Amino acid sequence: MSRRRVWLLGASLADLLFLYAPIVVLILFSFNASRLSASWQGFTLRWYRLLVEDNALLAAAQNSLLVGLVSTLVATLLGVCAAVGLERVPFRGRKLVEGALLLPLVIPEVMMGVSLMLFFVVVKLPLGLVTVTIGHAAFNLPIVAVIVRARLRKLDPGLEEAARDLGATAWQAFRRVTLPLLMPAVYGSALMAFTVSLDDFIVTFFTAGPGATTLPLKVYSMVKSSLTPEINALSAILVLISMTLIVASLALQRKELRH
Amino acid sequence: MGVFFFLPLLLVLATSFASRGTYGGVEWSFSLTNYAAVADPLYLKIFLHSLVLALVATVLCLVLGFPLAYYIARLPVRWQGVWLLLVMIPFWTNFLVRTYAWIFMLRAEGLLNSLLMGPGLIDKPLEVLFSDTAVLIGLVYGYLPFMVLPLYAAIERLPRSVVEAAWDLYAPAWAVFWRVILPLTKPGVVAGCILVFIPSLGAFITPDLLGGARSMMVGNLIQHEYLVVRDWPFGSAISFVLMGLVLAGLMAYLRTEETKNKPGEER
Repeated sequence: MSRRRVWLLGASLADLLFLYAPIVVLILFSFNASRLSASWQGFTLRWYRLLVEDNALLAAAQNSLLVGLVSTLVATLLGVCAAVGLERVPFRGRKLVEGALLLPLVIPEVMMGVSLMLFFVVVKLPLGLVTVTIGHAAFNLPIVAVIVRARLRKLDPGLEEAARDLGATAWQAFRRVTLPLLMPAVYGSALMAFTVSLDDFIVTFFTAGPGATTLPLKVYSMVKSSLTPEINALSAILVLISMTLIVASLALQRKELRH
Repeated sequence: MGVFFFLPLLLVLATSFASRGTYGGVEWSFSLTNYAAVADPLYLKIFLHSLVLALVATVLCLVLGFPLAYYIARLPVRWQGVWLLLVMIPFWTNFLVRTYAWIFMLRAEGLLNSLLMGPGLIDKPLEVLFSDTAVLIGLVYGYLPFMVLPLYAAIERLPRSVVEAAWDLYAPAWAVFWRVILPLTKPGVVAGCILVFIPSLGAFITPDLLGGARSMMVGNLIQHEYLVVRDWPFGSAISFVLMGLVLAGLMAYLRTEETKNKPGEER
């Protein structure tokens, strides 16, 4: 028995090593003084300093932040409505809406990218930050809806009924009882949506058009042109940002379970 | 709001029957020429190549992921959360950056080669980057968490007593795994395989960055037709063939789910 446990532990640790080693190496070498080689030549913060001085990069960061905030806001508002509607309001075509919500989670991302691009071209919306934001809101909506809906299902329906018994209107009961209980899931899913938006490359790539560069697009063009330690530094920053956001999001969603 | 999922997809479907305008736009008409063009051996080869890579990546994820999922599912509950978090964190970090990390590891002057050449294990750098091997590493690396999570959920539900009974009856290790553990965790295995297979089949970033021109997949072909050749109708036709393959995989999954839920037919 114990020999099997050791074997399992070994295989599991190897898996974790496989998952984390590239990220750790990437971050370590963002402090490497050598411009070209992968051998360690001493510690430096030079690549980070170069990043801060790069105006195009700062503009891209600004774009990413703007797209992330607006698309998260839109996706969260609509996603919460969708979750509540699907769970509490019976209507015809519910199955269809459910299917539509899950679609972006199963279709290949490239397909999502080209279909949105085609759509924007046909409705004559010029490709730019606006189309990128709409695209991000579109794939983030299901993420919010699925998480919030799961939370809604776990709520005790007796709570809302009690509020109604005590004379609250349907809206009051929702606003004062259900919504506050949903908030951890709403914040958690919004953070997740924001993370996905900051990290998205494919949908952005197809819907951006010239001029609307976000951080991932910038990383991509840097990787495609030449491999420099600046990319490592930028990558390290992006990794740390998304890790922080995601741990915060999971912590929020976990908190809800303890109620 | 369904507008943003359904309409664009219908548009792609409509476009796939149209023809290419002189300057790259879309000329609305109806023909199946684009689909006929997909049947060209050149494109079929890319489809086949993608299918094979996606399948191999799925099997590798299963082999690598199973011990990890099993280990986590048998840990004390408070440790399970920590391990699951460790598996999930890389999945939520920037995919592009994680793929770039492998370029950094695998390129000729990268870490792997300097580690191997330093002590003289090899005398000239291995050319791993821009090959099928590199794409496979990238796919497995990217989608391993998708495999581990459903496997964990299935194994966690598997009663320990069943496995112990098999050991008590002197079943050899392979039989315990093959005839007890695997059949009882099949839904998790199938779910994990589907979750890895679908994004692998439609992958774009991984083959683009790690495979280069030598290892093209359908995702690259679609991007190439759309943004480089600007033949949108043909690109749309390819997208729909890809979508068909994905749906076929999903149907297969739903069918196994159905038989699982039917009473009496279980096992």
